[in-house]
Amino acid sequence: MSAAVPIARRAAGDAAGRASKITTPRRPGHTILGVIIIAVMLFPLYWMLNVSLQPAGNASATPWLPLDLSFDGYRTALAEQGGNLVTSLIVSLGAVVFSLLIAAPAAYALAHFRFGKWVVVFLFAVLTTQMVPGIVVANALYSAYSDLGLLNTYAGLILADSAAGIPFSIILMRAFMMSIPASIVEAAYVDGAGPVRAFVSVVLPISRNALITSALFTFLFAWGDFLFALTLTTSESMRPITLGLYSYIGGFVSDWSPIMATAVLSSLPAIALLVLAQRYVAAGVTGGAVKS
Amino acid sequence: MTSTEIRPGSGGLAPPAPARPARHRSVGRSRLVQIAFLIPATAYLVLFFGYPVVKNITMGFQEYTTRTFYTGEAPWVGFANYVTAVTDPVFDRALLNTGLFTVGSIVGQFTIGLLIALFFHRRFHLSGVLRSLLLLPWLVPMIAASAVWRWILDTDHGVLNRTLDLLPFLDGRPAWLTSTTLALVAVIIVNIWLGIPFNATILYGGLQEIPEELYEAGSLDGATGARAFWHITWPLLRPVVTVVLVLGVVYTLKVLDVILGLTNGGPANATQTISTFSYHMSFREFDFGVGAALGNILVLISLVFAVVYLRLNRRSIDE
Repeated sequence: MSAAVPIARRAAGDAAGRASKITTPRRPGHTILGVIIIAVMLFPLYWMLNVSLQPAGNASATPWLPLDLSFDGYRTALAEQGGNLVTSLIVSLGAVVFSLLIAAPAAYALAHFRFGKWVVVFLFAVLTTQMVPGIVVANALYSAYSDLGLLNTYAGLILADSAAGIPFSIILMRAFMMSIPASIVEAAYVDGAGPVRAFVSVVLPISRNALITSALFTFLFAWGDFLFALTLTTSESMRPITLGLYSYIGGFVSDWSPIMATAVLSSLPAIALLVLAQRYVAAGVTGGAVKS
Repeated sequence: MTSTEIRPGSGGLAPPAPARPARHRSVGRSRLVQIAFLIPATAYLVLFFGYPVVKNITMGFQEYTTRTFYTGEAPWVGFANYVTAVTDPVFDRALLNTGLFTVGSIVGQFTIGLLIALFFHRRFHLSGVLRSLLLLPWLVPMIAASAVWRWILDTDHGVLNRTLDLLPFLDGRPAWLTSTTLALVAVIIVNIWLGIPFNATILYGGLQEIPEELYEAGSLDGATGARAFWHITWPLLRPVVTVVLVLGVVYTLKVLDVILGLTNGGPANATQTISTFSYHMSFREFDFGVGAALGNILVLISLVFAVVYLRLNRRSIDE
């Protein structure tokens, strides 16, 4: 299965290379069909936006377009869920920093140090983590967190929410760091740097793109986490946005616009990343195949 | 590649074969520094994956309830939790639902994902932009997607049923999320929608990998269209297909967000899976022992699938 690593890497490189070399043929029929496919796939997200912009009380039969534009839904959402958005932001940023601190050195060690068969053993262990259901982790962590006083804490959520980002980042960054020529690192050794200095001042700067991609995905994983938010917090003062949204839809719903406004707000990071950092996202998804 | 430098039985802790004995000590020290790079990650994986798995195995044999948190007592009860879990009338339903949910989701995601990948493989104007937009459903929080689907699938006012009303041959409005027969179908549909971007993107990457020359050579021998797909595309795509399917099944077995967000396992356990049932026993009934037993059953299913599939697949590739 580790064959997937070179496959995905070459696929990414080829795709980029080929697209720039050959001019795209004009196929208007294809473009129209492609737009239709994407429109169907994205319709639920359009609907989310549409409902969020409807005036309150209009929920019985949402019009197809938000012609009667209203931001009341967002006003309510920010008033009721604003704190939860901040909680999610703190937890997600914390998980990004923590995951990179843990994963980057490991990725480098697995790519460049001569550990022989232990590299395979370690990578296999990382892949095996993908099979562990979240509910199993939550079940055990709840009692451990309860003993350690980590329930309802930022630290507790940051640690748990890194569970998706760390294995992903190790695999992704290792694949990237394999492509750094050993001679570059050796040059640093010749200049008198130790392994730590070489890592920090040579390897990390070169790996900037892989670090950014890992960071973006770790952020999205942590931001979207629902299970740990649900099981490892019990108080309203410590509530990520996903759980806030869940408690919204848990009861009887009379007005959908604040709920959909919350859903839109919780989707903003994903949308922002796709617009602003498209190439990193594309790299991360091919890295997703590398996961296996 | 470097196995000669690892002394057998030393657990990889040995320094590289000392070529110059005088430098032995510094080489040993740098070996320790190298190992130190792996220590944080190892510790994390042990604490947040290894420990939970082991802890769940022991909890499965214990009476582990809210009382345990106050008294610290969790008496050993042998297989009692497993008996409770398996004989629970919900269990059969949950097991069947897990199977239907997984098979239905995977078949749908994979088929539609492959069709979309094949379509986008023929490059055209805007194909790049459209392909990246396709990722959005996968990137937004699952619970946000579940929330909007809940409103789309609403029986009386949902946009799906309002659209279906326009069809002349359809009588009445399907109660997507509140009928015991339709709820599982609805949950599968939403999960297919969520999984299409991942499948399409990875399969597209696999298609890009197949050299164009093979199709040119194939077309000389009359292999075009469907024949080209079955004789060139499919065999060469097999490794990527394996990755997508194994990951897909392993991920789908443990899905929780979508089901909790859409139906909470209801109505009347119609969408309860082993995963949601485990959550229910632990965090709603506070019977962590039974919840752990169900979690272990889930891990076992996942493990058996992965091993069997990879075995079979390796054999068919070897032949």
